[in-house]
Amino acid sequence: MAKEVAILGVGMHPWGKWGKNFVEYGIKACNDALDDAGLEWNDIEVVAGAETVRNGYAGYVAGATFAEALGWSGARVSTSYAACASGAQAINNARAMILADMADVILVVGADTTPKGFLAPNAGERWADPDWLRFRLMGCTNPTYFALYARRRMDLYGATEEDFAAVKVKNAKHGMANPYARYHKEFTLEQVLESPMVADPLRLFEICATSDGAAAVVICSMEYARKHNVDPVKIRAVSTITPTYPQTTIDMPYFSTDSAAAVEEPALSFKDSIAQAAYEEAGLGPEDMSLAEVYDLSSALELDWYENIGLCPKGDAEKLLRDGATQIGGRIPVNPSGGLASFGEAVPAQALAQVCELTWQLRGQAGDRQVEGATAGITANVGLFGHGSSVICSV
Amino acid sequence: MTEKNVAPSIEGWFTTGDTPHLIGTQCKTCQTYFFPKQDLFCKNPACRSTEFDEVELSRTGKIWSYTEHYYRPPEPYISGDDFEPYTIAAVELDKEKMVILGQVANGVAHADLTTGLAMEIVVETLYEEEDTERTVWKWKPVTD
Ligand SMILES: [Zn+2]
Repeated sequence: MAKEVAILGVGMHPWGKWGKNFVEYGIKACNDALDDAGLEWNDIEVVAGAETVRNGYAGYVAGATFAEALGWSGARVSTSYAACASGAQAINNARAMILADMADVILVVGADTTPKGFLAPNAGERWADPDWLRFRLMGCTNPTYFALYARRRMDLYGATEEDFAAVKVKNAKHGMANPYARYHKEFTLEQVLESPMVADPLRLFEICATSDGAAAVVICSMEYARKHNVDPVKIRAVSTITPTYPQTTIDMPYFSTDSAAAVEEPALSFKDSIAQAAYEEAGLGPEDMSLAEVYDLSSALELDWYENIGLCPKGDAEKLLRDGATQIGGRIPVNPSGGLASFGEAVPAQALAQVCELTWQLRGQAGDRQVEGATAGITANVGLFGHGSSVICSV
Repeated sequence: MTEKNVAPSIEGWFTTGDTPHLIGTQCKTCQTYFFPKQDLFCKNPACRSTEFDEVELSRTGKIWSYTEHYYRPPEPYISGDDFEPYTIAAVELDKEKMVILGQVANGVAHADLTTGLAMEIVVETLYEEEDTERTVWKWKPVTD
């Protein structure tokens, strides 16, 4: 258990389209996390920022941007970019410094302001960049990939449009009880199924929006937590692994998978292996989890995650959903926060927001969305260019 | 009215003619295939080769999955005033054991596709410039 670190405080700025500078959201989240930890900014030894590519230079140097905004204190700084997994990688770098005895208490923060509509690639003619080329040569958007996974579930496992809509209905209901969620609106199956088709079989209400938002987490050594007389939620594992060659699932933003002609494909898919690495490090298994926060970029993708994080065998996710196991009150609630369906994605903040939710749930502070008796939880996400993460926390 | 020139939308990614192929590379050491072409370093972690042969990939494969798009995608996709829904398929090449994306040929209905269906490469217009038709590879059900 030598690898544990403690979560001393968490804080978030509500998700939405607020039209403000991302730093403002981040500072709100930082101050809430500091208050939650019972600390002042001057107590923080390192600030670890999750970077966003969308807010100019300040976004690229996120750690320093927040350090300056909070007031230069001489704290060390670290900044991480790993697409959607940026927040988890920032936590992991902070955790490494604590475990290496380089620091006792670290503030991790991510915040974003996002544009409207589909996420589009950076401007200019960029013929060597697959993220640019996929739009130019095929009109291949992010929902394209989500839709390919969804259709495959239908053809292989008998998933239905109703199943995908039911995930949205569940997560929207969960999000009603989350003050940090962007959307507080219940949906019926019919409303979801009547929303416009975007990328068949996925409809508008089943594809996550982009949002402004911020989340912050104060982590510290177990010894530091004891000195502050806290029995903290612990981070048991942080998985930030890359895929294993050949990566045979088509993934954003690529045109093709790796070839399995010369090298046999690995036993576990990339997303399976992200969670597997976290379970191994934590010394825990899927059966030990009380809840999960997974990246429902589309409602159908949540079903893939049930299998990727080991909640059920391949092909059984629809059954798990239909049995009500993954709603609050069920055997293993998934996305009790409301998930991306209720938040929309604020890229550098999202993996941190997942950890905030685990923390509130494991402390029993999640209000009307509380998973009763929660003792351990897992997060999972993936992003562009072979990034992904999974964090396991326990009481 | 003069005929427009016909030219690929990107150089060196596919051949044209009656039986077009995608152009990939194959590592001279470990025989792994790549598309788009990889010619600087082999991505097989057990191989340090920097030498590759340019190869025509097989023309046929089976559908891994597919989707139809109902909204105009953002730039740099080029779409005219008369936007029509379009279909994209992910097709697994039998020999190379890799999945490659492409739009589905004009006139093929989304409803006619299913996972596992045999597909082949064709070359069709992607968009038109003032005096040039720009082409791209597309997937089309195999008809025998
Ligand atoms: Zn090689």
